[in-house]
Amino acid sequence: MNNSLIVVLIASGVTYGTPILFGALGELLAERSGVLNLGVEGMMLVGAAMGFWAEQRIHIGSGALSLILGLAVAAFSGTVMAAIHAFLVVSLRASQIVSGLALTIFAGGLGLSSYLGTDLNIAGVPATHTFHAFFPNTMQNWPIVGPIVFGQNPLVYFSWLCVIAVAYYLARTRPGLNVRAVGEAPGAADAMGISVAKYRYIHTLVGGAFAGIAGATFALAITPTWNSGDSLVQGAGWIAIALVIFSFWRAELCLVGAYLFGAAQALQPELQARNISLGPTDLWANSLPYAATVIVLAAVSWRGASRRLGAPAALGVAYVREDA
Amino acid sequence: MRFTVERRLDLPRWRLVAVPIVSIALGLVLAGLVLLVTGHNPLSSYRQLFDAAFVSTGSLDQTLISATPLAFTGLAAAAAFRMRVFNIGAEGQLYIGSITGAFFGLYFGGRGAASPWVIALMVLGGMAGGAAWASIAGALRAFFGTSEILTSLMLNYIAGYLLTYLVFDSESYWRQTKGFNATVFPTGKQLPHNAVWPAWTLHTQGGIGVPLGAFLAVAAAIFLWVLYRRTRFGFEVQVLGDSEGAARYAGVRTRRKVLSVMAISGAIAGLGGVSQVGDFGHSVDGDPNGLQRLGYGYSGIVVAALGRYNPFAVLLVAFLLGGLENAGNSLQGANFPSGLVGVIEGIILFTTLGGELLIRHRVRLLRTPKTAAEAMP
Repeated sequence: MNNSLIVVLIASGVTYGTPILFGALGELLAERSGVLNLGVEGMMLVGAAMGFWAEQRIHIGSGALSLILGLAVAAFSGTVMAAIHAFLVVSLRASQIVSGLALTIFAGGLGLSSYLGTDLNIAGVPATHTFHAFFPNTMQNWPIVGPIVFGQNPLVYFSWLCVIAVAYYLARTRPGLNVRAVGEAPGAADAMGISVAKYRYIHTLVGGAFAGIAGATFALAITPTWNSGDSLVQGAGWIAIALVIFSFWRAELCLVGAYLFGAAQALQPELQARNISLGPTDLWANSLPYAATVIVLAAVSWRGASRRLGAPAALGVAYVREDA
Repeated sequence: MRFTVERRLDLPRWRLVAVPIVSIALGLVLAGLVLLVTGHNPLSSYRQLFDAAFVSTGSLDQTLISATPLAFTGLAAAAAFRMRVFNIGAEGQLYIGSITGAFFGLYFGGRGAASPWVIALMVLGGMAGGAAWASIAGALRAFFGTSEILTSLMLNYIAGYLLTYLVFDSESYWRQTKGFNATVFPTGKQLPHNAVWPAWTLHTQGGIGVPLGAFLAVAAAIFLWVLYRRTRFGFEVQVLGDSEGAARYAGVRTRRKVLSVMAISGAIAGLGGVSQVGDFGHSVDGDPNGLQRLGYGYSGIVVAALGRYNPFAVLLVAFLLGGLENAGNSLQGANFPSGLVGVIEGIILFTTLGGELLIRHRVRLLRTPKTAAEAMP
């Protein structure tokens, strides 16, 4: 039963969906404060390279510690990347779209992430330690819930904590409500004495940290290796941005969406492993996550639904006090 | 240190020229810092890059090979971005253009049609393919209001898989199925000789081949310039780009403009794709580590932004960045890690973006009043 296609797809959907979920949670925080950051893909790739490097090269005793260090370095490098975007769009009021694209080009597979990875010479070797399932084998073999719930790597459980934290933060805490005010009506928030720039900086930076962790999830758990180019992340950053739209800017819905897209990504390797072919299998199965993104995006934007259903009103707009 | 940003009331011409130049210089300095921090000598690196791009024997020939596709993707991005339609799907439109354009070349070339006709059909076929692919994102934006940024990007991946499938995973019309080489490694079918695009040779630097594609790129730039500066259509597109509300109030048909602008942008990118086949490869490049690793579509965004969406400036920037990409490829190794070119391009783009602010604004430092202790000598 645990080997049936459906259970395996759900279980690997959760695994593959986790980096998308991390990326989406970070983007969600940035967008709720009014900053659209299209640099997620690039931040993920830099996080992957730096996280992998730190785990491989900095020896601090146990494997668990070095993995946590890798994660921390990945989060930090994502933050540094996001700081460039934040400075350009919050302080210098540059176009958020162009700056985000610039960040992905600068940091992405043809830019900084490849430069750092090649220069630090980390390509093509398997990771010394990886995040892997830690529940006892008997629990992992329980029917259905075994592989889906107990067979996951620790980052999956960490992502669940993050979902709860982000949802609670935005709905129930003072700073969380302030962020939403900054994203919806920066002028009003400013008049209340909330620093728009400070909130936008902080949430863009935290978004970068999440994207960095997402990259490390690829490099230290899913495909535990690093290669130059963008083969590690393959558009997951962009899917994460789209996911924020499908989930109507809600953390809990991000979780569901991320696993659906994760399952779509898991389909091709799973079909290949089982020798199942239906027409040009690799073509449609590889394209599925991207095609699904296009279709779902079109569906939710039908008649401006996304604007009604939760897009922050000031998303993408620089705040200039004199104009408010 | 605190500062405020104030709007300037005047806009002298010198500032429009000086600010971008200073921004690019600052970008080169910052990229040099990245080189320095990672243990490379920035001055000698820049010197080597410049030599490999424009000076050494055969360098200009190679530079044109990188610059031609960049000119197309740069113009494609400029055409769309000018209206704030963010088509970042030039990459995929380029692949599709190479597929459809190659089809016309293989089919009509194989039937022995006269070369100029075959080439003309290839050009049209490539443009139609790119335009059709871009129109998917264009139609979704026009009719559903779907973000064209995300859809056009997703379509890049799908186009890439399609390209690989046609040459690697199927026995399609585009794949070479006969001969010894075909059994060793999958390749695209070679164009017949009457479908190969001509090049004109300049006899300096040991011979520089100027491909037909370079002339087509110049023609596309002139077309865009005339379209945007001299026609009602172009005027309306620019108004839409500057203020959608004003355009709607004036009765501009937004939906049609989005559709046409996406189609024009895609057609130019598709032309870049068929130029890859006709000018350079002479077959469809389905290798995931070939055309798809070069990222011409993404670099085109940098080209367009640095050229401030002006078609002629785009051509110039494409030539310069083409030199950079060519130098980056030919020097790649221990001293020039892959990715260096993207780093330099990205940093220059950041500084130019930041510089935009200084064209129309003034940054003023706010002095905090000195405390008595500080004021004492």
